[in-house]
Amino acid sequence: MPELIAKTALEGQSLTVGTSTLAEADVGRITSVAVFPGGAKAVAKGLKTLGLTMPEPNSLVERKGARLVWTGREQAFLMGVDCPELEGAAVTDQTDGWTVLTLTGAGAVDVLARLVPMDLRLPAFPVGRAVRTQLNHMNVVILRLGEHAFEIMGFRSMARTAWHELEAAMQMLAARNGTKF
Amino acid sequence: MRIDGKGLIDRTKPVRFRFDGKDYAGYKGDTLASALLANDVRLVGRSFKYHRPRGVLTAGSEEPNALVEVVGPTNQTPNVRATMQEVFEGLVAQSQNRLGSLRFDLLAVNDYLAPFLSAGFYYKTFMWPRAFWEGLYEPLIRRAAGLGSLSGKHDEGTYEKAFAFCDVLVIGSGPSGLMAALTAGRAGADVILCEESHALGGRLLSDGGTIGDQPAGEWVASVVAELQALPNVRIMARTTVTGAYDHGTYGALERVGLHKPARPNLPRECFWRIVAKHAVLAAGALERPVAFENNDRPGIMMASAVRTYLNRYGVVPGKRVTLFANTDQARGVARELMAAGVTVAAIIDPRPDASSVEDCPVHVGAEVVGSRGRLGLSGIQVRKGAEIIEIETDCLAMSGGWNPTIHLTCHMNGRPRWSEDLAAFVPMEGAVPGLVAVGAANGSFSTHGALVTGHAAGLKAVEALGRKVSVPVPEAEDMPYRLKALWAVDGKGRAWLDFANDVTTKDVKLAAQEGFRSVEHMKRYTTQGMAPDQGKNSNVAALAVLADATGRGIAETGGTTFRPPYTPVSIAAMGAGGRAEGFAPQRFLTSDQASRDWGAPMIEAGLWYRPSFFPKPGEATWRESCDREVNLVRQAVGVADVSTLGKIDIQGKDAGRFLDFVYTNTFSTLPVGRVRYGLMLREDGLVLDDGTSARLGDDHYLMTTTTAAAGLVMRHLDFVHQAFCADWQVRFISVTESWAQFAVAGPKARALVNSFLEVPVDLPFMGVAPVRIGGVDGRLFRISFSGEEGYELAVPTRYGEALFRDLVARAETMGGGPYGMEALNVLRIEKGFITHAEIHGRVTAHDIGMEKMVSAKKDCIGKAAATRPGMWGPEREQLVGLKASAPISAGAHLFVPGTEVHRETDQGYVTSVCWSPTVGAWLGLGFLKDGRARLGEKVRLVDHLRGLDVICEVCNPVFHDPEGEKLRA
Repeated sequence: MPELIAKTALEGQSLTVGTSTLAEADVGRITSVAVFPGGAKAVAKGLKTLGLTMPEPNSLVERKGARLVWTGREQAFLMGVDCPELEGAAVTDQTDGWTVLTLTGAGAVDVLARLVPMDLRLPAFPVGRAVRTQLNHMNVVILRLGEHAFEIMGFRSMARTAWHELEAAMQMLAARNGTKF
Repeated sequence: MRIDGKGLIDRTKPVRFRFDGKDYAGYKGDTLASALLANDVRLVGRSFKYHRPRGVLTAGSEEPNALVEVVGPTNQTPNVRATMQEVFEGLVAQSQNRLGSLRFDLLAVNDYLAPFLSAGFYYKTFMWPRAFWEGLYEPLIRRAAGLGSLSGKHDEGTYEKAFAFCDVLVIGSGPSGLMAALTAGRAGADVILCEESHALGGRLLSDGGTIGDQPAGEWVASVVAELQALPNVRIMARTTVTGAYDHGTYGALERVGLHKPARPNLPRECFWRIVAKHAVLAAGALERPVAFENNDRPGIMMASAVRTYLNRYGVVPGKRVTLFANTDQARGVARELMAAGVTVAAIIDPRPDASSVEDCPVHVGAEVVGSRGRLGLSGIQVRKGAEIIEIETDCLAMSGGWNPTIHLTCHMNGRPRWSEDLAAFVPMEGAVPGLVAVGAANGSFSTHGALVTGHAAGLKAVEALGRKVSVPVPEAEDMPYRLKALWAVDGKGRAWLDFANDVTTKDVKLAAQEGFRSVEHMKRYTTQGMAPDQGKNSNVAALAVLADATGRGIAETGGTTFRPPYTPVSIAAMGAGGRAEGFAPQRFLTSDQASRDWGAPMIEAGLWYRPSFFPKPGEATWRESCDREVNLVRQAVGVADVSTLGKIDIQGKDAGRFLDFVYTNTFSTLPVGRVRYGLMLREDGLVLDDGTSARLGDDHYLMTTTTAAAGLVMRHLDFVHQAFCADWQVRFISVTESWAQFAVAGPKARALVNSFLEVPVDLPFMGVAPVRIGGVDGRLFRISFSGEEGYELAVPTRYGEALFRDLVARAETMGGGPYGMEALNVLRIEKGFITHAEIHGRVTAHDIGMEKMVSAKKDCIGKAAATRPGMWGPEREQLVGLKASAPISAGAHLFVPGTEVHRETDQGYVTSVCWSPTVGAWLGLGFLKDGRARLGEKVRLVDHLRGLDVICEVCNPVFHDPEGEKLRA
């Protein structure tokens, strides 16, 4: 039996319009870590090997390419590394379920303002924050990794819709150039 | 007529545009209204009901008359206010609501029929004969009704939606708004300043004057420059705040591209949702007309509009202007016109004690009682005591005082307060939490009052935000506002209140006379305030006339409710991006491209797109393909993508206990490596969903749900967990998107599956095992939804497309191939398996013959409710199979042969049907009263919609392999 060919939802495409760039990202392995009642200590011990701690709600912690992102009550996604042996938590592979898009550039925050009903400007949503929110009609996790750098995690099956909506927002914003008061 | 040296238009940039097929020239900065007036075009539209000639009345968004259609490459937009539409090179507009040309509108005959067309005309006239309604009256009324026309095509223009957040939202950029924005902006607060017009400054741009030691225009420019330089201030011009909603949310419509030629991707409009901690309503005030006989001729305008056209656009709408006004403020326009060299024929002031010292004739204690001029004003009649004076004039500027723009303060049900001093409604404080009305919007009509109240509101917001600032308030005029309320001049003829909907003072009096004395009833009877301007020009005057007619005071009469939006908002803007496929996200399978490559038509299943069937050359209908695919599964092997089924990974020491609680049957006893079918009830005892759950480890299960209920079940599990057993050792998460899963079914299924596995496995029926496929870890389930020996092979999603293409290729070599949703449906009906067509939310476990699956040994969600009387028994409709030799339909109803067909004799209904190539008959699943006791009986199936009337045999729902030998093979 020959090896199966692996494909991402968007085959790594990228697009620059105006001052923002959209691209499908490869963030490596994604593992859901859901802490059982009373499991917090054991989980903390298991995460020590990565130098990570469970993140506060609506935030993420990062160390040496490993990232732990809050995604719900007593739940976080470990990204970029294989999950170590963890006592005290349910561990579920989520790698293939998500398509991760990076949106970067000076216009990124204005693009997101077209689709996300949240204040994502820097003072309200600083670097290191992560939220579960909506991208138009879709559930997403949005991570802020830099002043002009976001990651948007959406369901893999909806990747084309997410791409389309972001692209449309980018193009409408770029077409406005010079039309602001 | 254009006046040299006046106005804020850019005379270096001429613009050509077209109106009603004729080319005109204007300048950048003109509105369509100002440019038409500059070209001496006074007649711009016809009125709604009487088709009276109409001209521009105002210079703002409240315009009731000058509504035009703008024709662009993607859109034909009706009811565009010419007073708001900026001219641009190539703009094409046309007048509306006419039959024939604008000058000779054939429907103007309505005006001569006016004595018959008073308020309530429709209600009284079209009552009889009844038969005439559909054939004659309705088409006639529909032809005559409505204002603009639509293209009848989809709106393919580009629209945008967006969200914004701020500390302080300032609505309006007149003196009060600029002062509030400056105060909050200098304090460092996050400010959004919205201005409806394309230029900031509000009335300061029209009325001039001085602020501090600067001319008003210079002060505006300096404040705007400072605000623009502040990084914490965002200025949104051409943006109308249209509604105030809960929690400090405001709707706003921005005209992004409507003032320039269309270009790709440039939104026409953007609908904003702005969330503000504090809001300052600085929307100014609207000048109100006076009702007198024939006060609607082109050339009769609001005094403030004449002033705006003069000072902002350098346009005078006439050569001999008259002024009819009851305030001192309005006199300014006459003086400015004279200073610009325009003749002012007379000032008519109804106040007997008003000053008569002006550089033109002044008639104090006088009223305009009539006008003449067919397509435009040529003269007026003035009554002064017993004397009637004829005055020749082609432009009458009128003013009956001002109404504060209080609309937004009423959007959350706040009622305004009547001020006797101002003879106007003013906002109630706190009517919208967090919103403060200032300046003219709050009844402070002087520039000084505007600056002071704007500053105070800005300061209040700044302090609430914990900031500090000191901003001096510049000096400005503080003229007292002194008027004699004048709503309507006594007279016999028709005097217009609501220009847009053709409502006269007579109509309001008639309403009162006929018993519609409440302001809400009067509004509906006369349609006053129900036109595109929503009564901005007429509400207060109409209720004043009503108050007079019913012998009550205005405060006692009260007003109607202002609701959002303040100005019309296009549905296209509110639903931006949502047209056609934009309506909902699209979900695509990994096999999507492969299925399309093979010519499969895709159908929507929820948000998913799934292949219906895979046509082969020579197959003319879907049935031919479907029958072949069914046979191929029954005789060889078929492959179908079933990744859309919901998959939920459940872990923890209490995972089995949790499943026992949500399923009717027991899962804690399921051995590792085995799969069990499970039934789930809602709390009310009706069936929620069915599916299989596999035990992957001691504390590890994988639940599958139907495609339709995947989200519903996840939500249900979350609710049960959080509400009833939050402390249990159980955690679960959706893995629907993580796995691509393919059904492989048929006598050759095992051979096909094993050809893919590194180590072949011999799974028992309802077994599960980890497998390796081409170096990839996967899972193999032996389950069947077809009645054949069936497997489901799951791999991480990224390998889905490859596995599907490889599976199909091998299946074809073995005499099989892919099968689509149609064949999948036939296969399951033949086997009597249910889907959400059967478990549609009104059936119980008993109805579908699964009452034995509700374990007696344990409790579960829905169990108690399922034992209520009426939830089980022979009186209920029970699942049966139906067999017929003629086509039958889902949705048909069942009757006892020989009885009458009506509601009372209904015995049940059909949920799923198919032609079964296996059985060689039409098969159906349906629900029949006491059905399980009636196997072998005949029933009559009737479908009035499709004209079917067929005798069917009632059968066991399992037609194919009832012993289950094949799937256990």
